[in-house]
Amino acid sequence: MTRPTDTPLYPLRESPSQTAGPYVHIGLTPNFCGIGGVYATDLGTTMVGDRTKGERITLEGRVFDGGGNLIRDALVEIWQADADGVHHAKATADFCGWGRSPADAETGLFRFDTIKPGRVPFPDGRLQAPHINLWIVARGINLGLNTRIYFEDELDANAADPVLGRIEHRDRVATLISKGGAGRYSHDIHLQGPQETVFFDI
Amino acid sequence: MTSSNRPPVANFFPRDRSWHPKALTPDYKTSVLRSPAKPLVAFGNSLSETTGPAFGHDMLGPLDNDLVLNFASPGMSAIGERIIVEGRVLDERGQPVPNVLVEFWQANAGGRYRHKKDGYLAPLDPNFGGCGRTISGEDGAYSFRTVRPGPYPWPNGPNDWRPAHIHFSVFGHGFAQRLITQMYFEGDPLIARCPIVRTINDPRAVDQLTARLDMNASAPMDALAYRFDIVLRGSRSTLFENRMEGN
Repeated sequence: MTRPTDTPLYPLRESPSQTAGPYVHIGLTPNFCGIGGVYATDLGTTMVGDRTKGERITLEGRVFDGGGNLIRDALVEIWQADADGVHHAKATADFCGWGRSPADAETGLFRFDTIKPGRVPFPDGRLQAPHINLWIVARGINLGLNTRIYFEDELDANAADPVLGRIEHRDRVATLISKGGAGRYSHDIHLQGPQETVFFDI
Repeated sequence: MTSSNRPPVANFFPRDRSWHPKALTPDYKTSVLRSPAKPLVAFGNSLSETTGPAFGHDMLGPLDNDLVLNFASPGMSAIGERIIVEGRVLDERGQPVPNVLVEFWQANAGGRYRHKKDGYLAPLDPNFGGCGRTISGEDGAYSFRTVRPGPYPWPNGPNDWRPAHIHFSVFGHGFAQRLITQMYFEGDPLIARCPIVRTINDPRAVDQLTARLDMNASAPMDALAYRFDIVLRGSRSTLFENRMEGN
């Protein structure tokens, strides 16, 4: 049996990740942490405008560690399609599919005011259930964690979703499904332990 | 289905998760309870992963990439060793990654962060904020001016000190390329002693995070320069709306 050689086929290797650390806010949300006057506003705080098509939703959540402790220094970014299931790289006055939210220093809540995304095709042509891609960094997280948020009131679409279908341990699917409806959803994320959220190698 | 909604052929190279730090690295104590214990679930990239946000140059202010001045009172500047940090954003195939947002943050010259949770006794510099950002050029190049950050102690082991470092946050063209890392400085004897650096197993990977002194890029009588290239994931076939030659 031969082992793969250690010589990479491509000229470069990805820069290795390092933790964002406890002071990530200085760089990514300076106004949030009291560094005013450098940027007019923190990036990623406004996703929808008056003319945005689609159902307005508020998404709130918290992140917990393996001891059940609330993590108050996490930073969460989301990436999602518009109401028609189309991703727009460039934000318009109508919609920005990307958002960034630091956990609140007291309550630990992250929050996004956005719209419910439409269905996005999987490479094999099947439609995915409405979902929002989430990326979490924090002190103690060496490489950003990728997960998704689905919606409790999309039962049929969730049942047919190709990504949820990849999860072998079916009882873990529920960790990706936010609770709520009528425009308000809540979604807690557990980094470790019995309720551990499914994270993806995307 | 509209044409822009068609599933793409692009697929990012899988991350080499033995090259990156593992999630559980007990010498970095906070990782113990903040690391998933169950395996990650893998699936082929869909548009949700291969697309990502793009940021326009019009969002940048004139001093966004100048930390020496962007928090300073008029006529003042940050205290410390003035340096230029410059490099390129590339992908694993060696191709430049143009027009992507690069954000950076750091402590001041004494190792103190402008953050209410930093209680280190070294003082704040009233003319230094510690944040900056820029967007890579057509050739992937970026640069900014700052002061060299100082090392600082942190409550991990009884006497752990972070090497001088600058945090980097980089976007690619797909959300799956999203990366946060740290840049270290050539020759710093604290690098080999740091539990966060040592979450990385391969010394070549640490070397990749170590910026080199670049005398040719320095500004005589003004600032020394350090070179730091950032490499993002490559893709099997890179389909960007405006760069069809990638296919």
